[in-house]
Amino acid sequence: MTENTTELARRIRLQCLHMCHSKRASHLGGAFSVADVLAVLYGGLLTADPAQPKAPQRDRLFYSKGHACTALYAVLAETGYYDKAELDTFTDNGSYFTSHVNHKVPGVELSTGSLGHALPVAAGVALAGKRRAAPWHTYVIVSDGELDEGSNWEAILFAPHHSLDNLTLVVDYNKIQSFGSTAEVLNLDPLADKFKAFGWETLEVDGHDHAQLAAALAKHGRSAGKPRVVIAHTVKGKGVSFMEHQLAWHYKSPDAAQFAAARAELLQDSIGTPA
Amino acid sequence: MRTTFIQTLIAQAQQDPSIFLLCGDLGYSVLEPFAAAFPERFLNVGIAEQNMVGLAAGLSLEGYTVFCYSIGNFPTLRAMEQIRYDVAYHDANVKIIAVGGGYAYGPLSTSHHTTEELGMLRTIPGMVVTAPGDPAEVEAMTAFISQHRGPCYMRLNKAGEPRLHAQPPALTLGGIVPVRAVDGATAAVFATGDMVGYAARELEQRAARVDLYSFPFVNPIDTAQLAALAARYSDIATLEEHQANAGFGSAVLERLHDLLSEGALARLPAVRRIAIPNAFISSAGSQDFLRDRMGLRLDGWPPLNPDTPTRVQT
Repeated sequence: MTENTTELARRIRLQCLHMCHSKRASHLGGAFSVADVLAVLYGGLLTADPAQPKAPQRDRLFYSKGHACTALYAVLAETGYYDKAELDTFTDNGSYFTSHVNHKVPGVELSTGSLGHALPVAAGVALAGKRRAAPWHTYVIVSDGELDEGSNWEAILFAPHHSLDNLTLVVDYNKIQSFGSTAEVLNLDPLADKFKAFGWETLEVDGHDHAQLAAALAKHGRSAGKPRVVIAHTVKGKGVSFMEHQLAWHYKSPDAAQFAAARAELLQDSIGTPA
Repeated sequence: MRTTFIQTLIAQAQQDPSIFLLCGDLGYSVLEPFAAAFPERFLNVGIAEQNMVGLAAGLSLEGYTVFCYSIGNFPTLRAMEQIRYDVAYHDANVKIIAVGGGYAYGPLSTSHHTTEELGMLRTIPGMVVTAPGDPAEVEAMTAFISQHRGPCYMRLNKAGEPRLHAQPPALTLGGIVPVRAVDGATAAVFATGDMVGYAARELEQRAARVDLYSFPFVNPIDTAQLAALAARYSDIATLEEHQANAGFGSAVLERLHDLLSEGALARLPAVRRIAIPNAFISSAGSQDFLRDRMGLRLDGWPPLNPDTPTRVQT
């Protein structure tokens, strides 16, 4: 699986790069940081059927990083939810591919873009799953900066109290938010200790290591009665040397030269770490 | 009203296994019978209204019809973006229920005065905004919103409100409910929420030649019914326990002017808008005291001589 997911992650990044370049769009850094998480989930870990995006037995994935929409749109195209050519309409007048995640797109559970919304909604979905003893699992991906939002902490308190062990939260901890580092703007650390104190089964992984991600995101071997958080330590702009750790790539869209240089790097390197 | 609400919801939940009730740690001595009857469809989520409304959206995505119960501003203003984005934008089948509408919790101060939520909520696309006028209307409305697919809000007053209708009135979406009809009346009061009860008592006491209609729906309002009423009366007073800006009276005026501009009305009646004059009140007081203080009264209306200009409400 890891071999395939590494290649999938590369294709996600190439697609994000293309979309942000051709449509002068932003948030490439956060799309690159989360690309490996999405590749591991959609590359085989999720119970999902792209031909039936609303199938009742599917795993539910809630993507709270609405601003980093290109990564989700790309992985859904790459795994067959719709034709990749549809992404050419990204941000065009009349297109459903808005530059924050839109639930009108097949495979998207929830529109996001205002931060701190998806985790409470996903907790409601997981609660419904528990009440009905449903076999499916609920995943949520949040950015680190959006953990500033109080609504998340209401849900972080709620999920362990109600034993939502069918819920897995992934924090894309790239440590840069929109106006500075998370340490400077509003320090989250010690983040793992906070989740542990709230009663979550807490794992920390290299968010670009596919074997670590696959183990942490697996549905089996979990602590009964506890939701799980996977703090994925990631690099903003991961995969393109001049974008890595750079706040500016929260906003910038690559010009022709930057696009060519980035594309060359992405085609050359194996970015994620396979097993 | 709140007792009627929970009794009706229990009756609905007996018929409909999708009904789920969340509360934000409020509802003591009200919600217990529901929790006892349907423990698997009840949850006190704690004092966390943003999470409550998000949870409700999630539960509704999985097929539940979710009621969120709390006091006034907490399940509404506190969670306004969750209502707009998680609930309404996703057409989630979520019903927000607020007890303590207007000044029902008068002495508890501005934190508990629920006087802006009708206007805020009625700007949200797809949101059905309701304020039934007595326990019979609460019974009818609870059943109505249980069966109406999509986001709804219901404002309740509190407890002990007198019944104005012998039977729960039949409701259609946006429908207007007659409460008082006098032969030859050329003036009518359009009221919403618990102000309907006040108006009924006041007009009865005065033996006024004035009709009274309850608007249990603030949004939408049935424009055909409204047009017919507007053509019948020369003077209309709108009456609400809500700020004047963007409230129920504003909604009536908007519709009337639309009808006029569309040619569906030949003329506009004179409309006196009786509402809170866009102000907070900082003193303690009963609901009646605060209504008096803020001018939520029909005193001096309708004008004796229709040619006399009516006092401008500020």
